[in-house]
Amino acid sequence: MPLVEFRDVCYEISGKRILSGVNLSVEAGETLVLLGRSGSGKSTALKLTNGMLFPTSGQVLVDGRSTRDWDPIKLKRHIGYVIQDVGLFPHFTVAGNVGLVPRLEGWKNADIETRVDQLLATVGMPAAEFRARYPRQLSGGQRQRIGVARALAADPPVLLFDEPFGALDPVTRLELQQQFLELRRDFRKTSIFVTHDVREALKLGSRIALLASGSVEIVAEPAAFERAETAEARAFLAVLA
Amino acid sequence: MRSDLTADIVHLTLEHLSLVGISMAFAILIGVPLGIFLVRRPRARSWILGVSSVVQTIPSLALFGFLIPIPLIGGIGKQTVIVALVLYAILPILRNTFVGILGVDAAVCDSAIAMGMTEGQLLRQVQLPLAARTIIAGIRVATVTTIGTATIAAAIGGGGLGVFIFRGVASVDTAQILAGAIPAAVIALVADGGLGWLERKVSAA
Repeated sequence: MPLVEFRDVCYEISGKRILSGVNLSVEAGETLVLLGRSGSGKSTALKLTNGMLFPTSGQVLVDGRSTRDWDPIKLKRHIGYVIQDVGLFPHFTVAGNVGLVPRLEGWKNADIETRVDQLLATVGMPAAEFRARYPRQLSGGQRQRIGVARALAADPPVLLFDEPFGALDPVTRLELQQQFLELRRDFRKTSIFVTHDVREALKLGSRIALLASGSVEIVAEPAAFERAETAEARAFLAVLA
Repeated sequence: MRSDLTADIVHLTLEHLSLVGISMAFAILIGVPLGIFLVRRPRARSWILGVSSVVQTIPSLALFGFLIPIPLIGGIGKQTVIVALVLYAILPILRNTFVGILGVDAAVCDSAIAMGMTEGQLLRQVQLPLAARTIIAGIRVATVTTIGTATIAAAIGGGGLGVFIFRGVASVDTAQILAGAIPAAVIALVADGGLGWLERKVSAA
């Protein structure tokens, strides 16, 4: 059974169609990249997955259950979410940010501390140095690492990434992409990763779903995607030439 | 004579402080929750803002006059003064409350929702702490204004430092006027400084 499944999903807001007839399935352990231009509906698809939005018609299933049938709070805590602007809480320390979901879930303090230290080590930021700092005392790349650590905190089976590395300089981006691949290898998490960068898509995706004006044009593994012949795919692949 | 005046100053200053303190406590207890309530209700917001702005334009002496004939809240004395002071102080507090909350970075609120915070957790753990500085700034403005406006309380038997000022004006006695005006100014400066310090302290966190 796929971990996340879109069945004939349409989404409209104030009469404007953002997604139409989207069918997708994400299998356990894979990284599905949603590739598309700005406004193609990629971020909307993520918000439909964790119940921040609900489809106008069709269904989004998580663990085989429609997002409408989930307790909305439970669903969100079941899914890790990393957003572009990171959205770290400026008034919480690094430790407070990373330990947020465990705290909401009512873990014991000692367990939260241990978990935070472990996660900081995982994303390459020594706890002794960083746990008491505030987000404004970190670089963009460091903030994004904390964003990833925060999403991993309660060990959610599914992770959503909304153009997480878009605002970073190319060197930092490369480092974080490398780290993403290592994390995937070590933790076998299922991820949906939104990007408009075709290189990033080819590098990180187990499969790539190309979105063009609200519809899925093709879904293919990276090697097959590079040979794709559809108009939008060729437009994206032209970037590589 | 001297010691009489000193005793009067102390007594009326304390009375003034209690008028301001009670009024501000009510204004905060009403203004902050009302501001929170208005965050998600733009239509009610323009209504309430309109009404409070109209109240603010009524000259304070006139407002005291209007309140006197109203049963329960009106009459001669302290409760009428407190009602009027609360009405004046609410606007800056409620406006700064929802402006502060609406001004919290949307990415931060989005990620709080995406982490699975309930609405109450979002409000208490994210929106209120991040809006605290703006809310305190509103309370500061309201407090300083209230300290000044409360001097008019004496006109309707509310007491406070205005007693000196009205007495001084009636008898053309500058010393009496200063005996009311100087302590009022000192209270205002201290309140402004203290709340300003609190504002900076909150924003440093």
